Amino acid sequence: MAQRVIKEIIDQQKIGPGYFKLVIKVPEIVAQAKIGQFVHIKWVAEDSGADPLLRRPISLNRINPAEGTMTLVYRVVGRGTKVLSKLTAGDKLDIMGPLGTGFSISEDTNRVLVIGGGVGIAPLYPLVNELVKQNKEVILLLGAESAEEVIDLSSFEEFDLELKVATMDGSLGREGFVTDYLAELEQEIDYIYTCGPMPMMKVIRDWAIDSNVAGQASLEERMGCGTGACLSCVCQVKIDGKDGWTYKKACTAGPVFPLREVIFDE
Amino acid sequence: MSKVNLTVDLNGLELQNPVTTASGTFGFGQEYKNYVDLDKLGGVMVKGTTLQPKKGNPTPRIAETPAGMLNAIGLQNPGVDYFIEQILPEIKDKEFKTIVNISGNTIEDYAKLAAKLAKTEIDAIEINISCPNVKKGGLAFGTEADMAASVVQAVRAETSLPLITKLSPNVVDITEIAQAVEEAGTDIISLINTLLGMKIDIERQEPILANKVGGLSGPAIKPVAVRMVYQVAQAVDIPLIGMGGISTVEDAIEFFLAGANAISVGTANFVNPEVTMEILAGLEEYLNEHDYQDVNQIVGKAMNS
Repeated sequence: MAQRVIKEIIDQQKIGPGYFKLVIKVPEIVAQAKIGQFVHIKWVAEDSGADPLLRRPISLNRINPAEGTMTLVYRVVGRGTKVLSKLTAGDKLDIMGPLGTGFSISEDTNRVLVIGGGVGIAPLYPLVNELVKQNKEVILLLGAESAEEVIDLSSFEEFDLELKVATMDGSLGREGFVTDYLAELEQEIDYIYTCGPMPMMKVIRDWAIDSNVAGQASLEERMGCGTGACLSCVCQVKIDGKDGWTYKKACTAGPVFPLREVIFDE
Repeated sequence: MSKVNLTVDLNGLELQNPVTTASGTFGFGQEYKNYVDLDKLGGVMVKGTTLQPKKGNPTPRIAETPAGMLNAIGLQNPGVDYFIEQILPEIKDKEFKTIVNISGNTIEDYAKLAAKLAKTEIDAIEINISCPNVKKGGLAFGTEADMAASVVQAVRAETSLPLITKLSPNVVDITEIAQAVEEAGTDIISLINTLLGMKIDIERQEPILANKVGGLSGPAIKPVAVRMVYQVAQAVDIPLIGMGGISTVEDAIEFFLAGANAISVGTANFVNPEVTMEILAGLEEYLNEHDYQDVNQIVGKAMNS
């Protein structure tokens, strides 16, 4: 059951251009957290904290039940994340979680393709960790603007998997889009997981439909409550029925949705 | 701490305490069950309900603004029949009063909604008159006194349930609308709904909300809301439910002092899901500290100053 707690930050580090890694000890949430879920956080201010007003949904980059800690990796994109990035060890954070429906892993899949782009790589570490633990054959494709933005690269390199990187500036791996690798895949894929920018996931979804491969995509949408009440964070998802699609809440039904059912802003 | 009376009687709608949740910010209540002891709330204004299910607006539906937010959800809801059959049975036995917020695009829509709800176990109807009247070119019902009154009369004719009319602040003189809906038979007035606003993305050079405009809520609108409650309290004789940016117990007390008999918490639920319980506890403490025995004693105190 999701809950709200206020805890002190253990550590926060800048890990790339605009990228931050925040560690917090929150055993009551960590104990229940599943891969692909998120927390809805807000800095704690002495006054009412009315500005910036809303919480920020951040995915879980590390879930460590033994230590009771979780790690959040995020990119500064606006005022809220800017305020967050200024916090240091000892500052308090107001956390709701764990929230949402995360990734699920099927026993029937063996060769799995995982594709992450930019800050969307953050929630993929716990997923890849679990896939490797379950002896899946993992092909991991990571894309970013530059080498500095490939989150968790050294951690991924420790796994027994096939890893390919693409950067827009060519500073690491191939120069260009990570999705350029799709055309070159030689082996048959059973399943796909992805998280990243919408244009990237759109290409992957189209490839998945053409290749008849099922998968899951973790989406991002502007969020209000995080509890399913405000209906701000809805995503268009295909369903059977009259209109063929419906709005589903990223905060409760998502953030992870069936890849081929997602309608990306089209 | 001695026990203070928190029950309020709003012209026949009796609440165990004056803390309620504003429509659209608290779902159907259950969304907050992990954070709030729902049985302790005075009332829940459930998500705006329409005759037919509504998908709502495209996204983005939300944009943060200084000390506030804009929303343009577009009344996404499963429709009144689904509410009555699937949701009401889950919440009707709760201690809070179930208040159903209704929206329509014609006066007939409102009348049909009221007729359907009149046969159920809900406790009150809240009429959202901020919706566009399709027969008048989309002009909101709540912006003209005679249109607002017609909606209230149509609903009144269908039900003896307590009626709350929720006023829009996007008007020239809110007291004129308040008097019109009082005369038309509303039992209670709630105010204020959101203020119409816009935020523009300066890189994309277009409005952030897909709907372009949206309703501003949150702490930013509180002074406007307090002023309007203060004005309306002096213009009508029926009870008021005050809302607009209430985030703390201090905010809530301002509304009581301005003339509200009860309050609603909206956007603050998104920021702190436990805020209603904190306001409830703080209210009791404030009354004790100031030697009041009854919350009704502070209603309108600022009006006589």
